Amino acid sequence: MNRQEWQGFKGTLWKDEINVRDFIQNNYTFFNGNEDFLEAPTAATEKLWNMLQKLQKEERTKGGVLDMETKIVSSLTSYGEAYIGEDTKEIEQVVGLQTDKPLKRAFMPYGGIKMAEQACTTYGYTPDPELHKIFTEYHKTHNDGVFETYTDEMKDVRHNHILTGLPDTYGRGRIIGDYRRIALYGIDFLIEKKKEDLSNAGSGTMTDDVIRLREEITMQIKALKEMKKMAASYGFDISVPATNAKEAVQWLYFGYLAAIKTQNGAAMSVGRVSTFLDIYIQKDIENGTLTEAQAQELIDHLVMKFRMVKFARIPSYNELFSGDPVWATLEVAGMGQDGRSMVTKNDYRFLHTLENMGPSPEPNLTVLYSSRLPESFKKYAAKISVVTSSIQYENDDVMRPVWGDDYSICCCVSATQTGKEMQFFGARANLAKCLLYAINGGVDAKTREQCAPGFRPITGDVLNYDDVMPRFDQMMDWLAGIYVNTLNLIHYMHDKYFYEAAEMALIDTDVRRTFATGIAGFSHVVDSLSAIKYTQVKLIRDETGFIVDYKPEGEFPRYGNDDDRADDIAVWLLKTFLTKIKKFKTYRDAEPTTSILTITSNLVYGKYTPNLPDGRRGGTPLSPGANPAYGAEKNGLLASLNSVAKLPYEYALDGISNTQTISPSALGHTEQEQIDTLTGILDGYFDRGAHHLNVNVFGIDKLIDAMNHPEKEEYANFTIRVSGYAVKFIDLTKEQQMDVISRQAHEKLA
Amino acid sequence: MNKAAVHSIESFGSVDGPGIRFVIFLKGCAMRCRYCHNPDTWNGQSDDMRTADELLAQAVRFRSYWGTKGGITVSGGEALLQIDFLTELFRKAKERGINTALDTSAQPFRRDEPFFSRFQGLMKYTDLVLLDIKQIDSEAHQRLTGWGNENILDCAGYLSDIQKPVWIRHVLVPTITDDDKYLHQLHDFIATLHNVEKVEVLPYHTLGVYKWQQLGIPYTLKDIQPPTAEQMKKAEDILHL
Repeated sequence: MNRQEWQGFKGTLWKDEINVRDFIQNNYTFFNGNEDFLEAPTAATEKLWNMLQKLQKEERTKGGVLDMETKIVSSLTSYGEAYIGEDTKEIEQVVGLQTDKPLKRAFMPYGGIKMAEQACTTYGYTPDPELHKIFTEYHKTHNDGVFETYTDEMKDVRHNHILTGLPDTYGRGRIIGDYRRIALYGIDFLIEKKKEDLSNAGSGTMTDDVIRLREEITMQIKALKEMKKMAASYGFDISVPATNAKEAVQWLYFGYLAAIKTQNGAAMSVGRVSTFLDIYIQKDIENGTLTEAQAQELIDHLVMKFRMVKFARIPSYNELFSGDPVWATLEVAGMGQDGRSMVTKNDYRFLHTLENMGPSPEPNLTVLYSSRLPESFKKYAAKISVVTSSIQYENDDVMRPVWGDDYSICCCVSATQTGKEMQFFGARANLAKCLLYAINGGVDAKTREQCAPGFRPITGDVLNYDDVMPRFDQMMDWLAGIYVNTLNLIHYMHDKYFYEAAEMALIDTDVRRTFATGIAGFSHVVDSLSAIKYTQVKLIRDETGFIVDYKPEGEFPRYGNDDDRADDIAVWLLKTFLTKIKKFKTYRDAEPTTSILTITSNLVYGKYTPNLPDGRRGGTPLSPGANPAYGAEKNGLLASLNSVAKLPYEYALDGISNTQTISPSALGHTEQEQIDTLTGILDGYFDRGAHHLNVNVFGIDKLIDAMNHPEKEEYANFTIRVSGYAVKFIDLTKEQQMDVISRQAHEKLA
Repeated sequence: MNKAAVHSIESFGSVDGPGIRFVIFLKGCAMRCRYCHNPDTWNGQSDDMRTADELLAQAVRFRSYWGTKGGITVSGGEALLQIDFLTELFRKAKERGINTALDTSAQPFRRDEPFFSRFQGLMKYTDLVLLDIKQIDSEAHQRLTGWGNENILDCAGYLSDIQKPVWIRHVLVPTITDDDKYLHQLHDFIATLHNVEKVEVLPYHTLGVYKWQQLGIPYTLKDIQPPTAEQMKKAEDILHL
């Protein structure tokens, strides 16, 4: 097929099938220069951003929510056109809001009416009673489906927090529609292709999987049609492909807007859009129809929209994921399969938004890093890190062999092939508690309930490695089984009652599904096992003989020092857990993966985790993600990085998150030195096969001052990276701020 | 095989020589600098005794971070007190193509034998010397560190003669080392050297004071505050940085 809108674009394959990657590879312009071409914000950008900052300030003053919907159920067409301000329609280069007002949170009951209502009442809003009636008497929700069918054992493991953060009270998220498809093909072509898929779905024998697939495709087609209506309300016809850069950005954003109008998933990521959009921008610039200042304005305005995404959340959700994150994750850079860097001018433009509009946690800007990226781009990214602490890095060299060169990052750090995959997000299993269960015969040390099957508890006064390991092994078998089955149930119900039709409409019908399990308490289990193996761990029992505390008697190797004795245990633990997960049948035959990332939920998980054999006190925060335990590192930052880098990515395809804070003085005396040092760290870490790094550059003084003086203007947008995302520091609770401060390691004496 | 008394290892040194460096802190120092932030390195005894091969095996695990500039730095304590070990370490490092830097106060330096030959041997394998000149005036140096500085300045002269690249480092301690007169003298002295790649003024800080308390040694600079940005700027201006 050849369309007039595609004039000037090279390649053939992508014209006959949906294949955005092929379009990108045939048409992008590799950029090797430095940042000197970048432009400052336009007057329109400054005006809009100032308005938005005022609204954000107002939102904070009002306790975190500016406005909420209480009457209308959010859908693709439930609101008409809406703009940031009354008179801004003409200057907004990218339009479209989630509701009828900026930062107003929509009412989304399909995940669970109780949660939707609780979110309202928490902030002083009263939802329409009619909605309650509809979603209890006439329409079931995901949450109802899950809790009606949970087994007693599932309720027990949930209640005892050995499985934790499960997406049974909130949308699972993590699905990225290939929003670029709307710009490249227009909706009508996508509908046509989905109709072809429908006619090919099944041979006529109506098994339940065929029936379900057919129903899902029809829901997708319906969503596509509604997207056209949504866009039409803003005066755009997205049935046809975009013809220029402005349209491409707008069409793409409409796709994302469709997702966030219909789903409030924990992570609503944008995907890898930078190189794609550059093709349109480059073409317009070459045609003389767009200037660099206008190009930057387009990207600034698109990013502004990503900074505005809001969902109504309940307190328990905020406890897990603090700072109101939405994980509008967006990638830049990366290498192509053919060895070319995929860095374009647009990758600079996206990072430059952090200079034009200041630091911001959203979108969650992610640099797909390789030491082979152009030096000038690496330096620019490092500079943005030094100045804003707002970006994260992921190793393209380990991800590309697995996912190709058109993957996106969904949620914090997890790779997914754009438009070809979806994830069943699975939160995490607390392996630290699992170890305690192994020691205490399946009884939870906090609730004293028999949560796991009744194993024989450890006897004697000390922990013996050969005694503990078989028990731990069996306990992990049990945990893996209950974990996979609980997730199976959750995702069955999510598909049934809260299906992501708009996002799935932008993904291939023949979708690959991954089953994203996760591990919490990782470093503490490693250190505990090391303590048991390399020194004597004395047991302290209460009057009933129940083991309540542990005393490691001597020194033992700890994870985080590049010491193979401890790090080998870490690799073993990861591999063993994944192997056990893989034994079980997963819903829709999804491919099991696992992650070592915890987000800010390391605090909540820590609260429910009693004393551990490594000496960690009960109730204190677990170390986040794959980070070594606080204070375990004795040989400095790089030794710690080397330990984490040893964890093989192929065992944790869902991601291995590592967060490090480095004070500027430890990076060097001048900004140039700091940039060079940071680039050296990134090159070294990723060349060793590590997966992910959050980089913060600031000193402890700044954190303490920001905690004590949140009202200071300079801290309004002070952004820090936490495990897998970024937050405004002043939006964290005091407890979380203290955790960040206590983790501030690597302050160097020099 | 020489064994070194090791105080600690820092895998991530970014201000002790060019690039990212693996820094080995050795134990033992004869100087008693009143602002020392590592008094726990004075004593030359250590439970942690390591061979050059062991330390290099550990160091090369960080090679991927070093790029083209980084490498290893040996600091202390006073590394020259373990010069035989140091020479072996640097010789073996150079065999592996590793950049070597020595961070020293040069207090053990003298032209007497057997030290001088040993020092000459060490310099064959040393790419860069980070030389602390704590005070240009010998009497004031004596009051600050317990020793005069003639041999230290002589070492600087010798390194200039053999064209060994040097970074001069000077800790700016208000009222002790920040006198204009001393800074001008220091400047004039450095101007006589032909091998100085860089002069660094390091601000005095109090982050090591707790160690004095732990060791039960009275800290005599309690009332002195770190230099202000203006004081730093002034010192840097005098030294023409």
